[in-house]
Amino acid sequence: MPRPVQYNENTKVALANIPDGYQGEGFMATKFDQVIGLARANSLWPLPFATSCCGIEFMATMGANYDLARFGSERMGFTPRQCDMLLVAGTIAKKMAPILRQVYLQMAEPRWVIAIGACASSGGIFDSYPVLQGIDQVIPVDVYVPGCPPRPEGILDGVLKLQEIVKHESLRRRHSEQYKGLLNEYGIQ
Amino acid sequence: MSNEQIKQRLSEKFPDISDWEENYGIQSFRVPAGDNLKVLQFLYEDEELQFQFLTDLTGVHYPDRAGEELCIVYHLHNLVANVRLRMKAYVPVARPDIHSATPVFSGANWMERETYDFFGVNFIGHPNLTRILNVDEMDYFPMRKEYPMEDPTRIDKDDEMFGRG
Repeated sequence: MPRPVQYNENTKVALANIPDGYQGEGFMATKFDQVIGLARANSLWPLPFATSCCGIEFMATMGANYDLARFGSERMGFTPRQCDMLLVAGTIAKKMAPILRQVYLQMAEPRWVIAIGACASSGGIFDSYPVLQGIDQVIPVDVYVPGCPPRPEGILDGVLKLQEIVKHESLRRRHSEQYKGLLNEYGIQ
Repeated sequence: MSNEQIKQRLSEKFPDISDWEENYGIQSFRVPAGDNLKVLQFLYEDEELQFQFLTDLTGVHYPDRAGEELCIVYHLHNLVANVRLRMKAYVPVARPDIHSATPVFSGANWMERETYDFFGVNFIGHPNLTRILNVDEMDYFPMRKEYPMEDPTRIDKDDEMFGRG
């Protein structure tokens, strides 16, 4: 007895919207920018750089309840070479700053950075001599997530915000004068 | 071994030891800065005393005590008799030189580096007296009580983020 065929009948699965373009029977024409942006945004590989309590919240974000994997970030890659999204969660001491910077330098373009929590964004409550007052003093940051520590929802929101950035990023952005100027500010070639 | 016995045995050998006091059952005393290593060695090697474990070594800054601003505190433990002892030495902040305890206790190595890092005590004879916790480029000793609570000379703060812009 043949089983009923059920393709795409699970309505809970949200599919990505088809980018704008010209469609006809059996073909579709659109811009590479949009297709690649869509692919990148929905397959961001996270590199967690967790140093304190925000890291614990991030672990919850990765876990089954909040499940970062739903948004395409299936697997934590603990190697900067293969990852696109650096998640800095926690207090960065001044002594840790060169290490963080090195991790960023080891990532291949395109790369994005999320600063999770008050400490990574601004030093937080640690208004003190050994603490870096925000990671944007050593590496460029795309998204800041406020909170001390932020709830997993907050971190997810940050990742979704980053996805929007990635989706709408021009493929030429990394070659633009503005981008080169930004990296130059940080002394990165 | 009672605190009285420790006191007697030490004062026989080192008459310069002063400021004997007992807090929470622990005997503490002060040695002249130049004698710290000799006293530690005697405490370690003496058959009767046997203080062979260095629990802690740290510094204290007393900005008001002119000429003896920095105090170096040694916490010793006789593991056999389970007796503790506290030894203090004072040095002027202008010339904070003291003998390193590393010839007697190898474990003093990192504790002295930490004390140097935070208080700037110069341990003479230390094999590698460099900063251990703070960044190497730091040019001051942060635990000395000579800075205002909020340092107005700081340039690494982003005032805008703290409502001070």
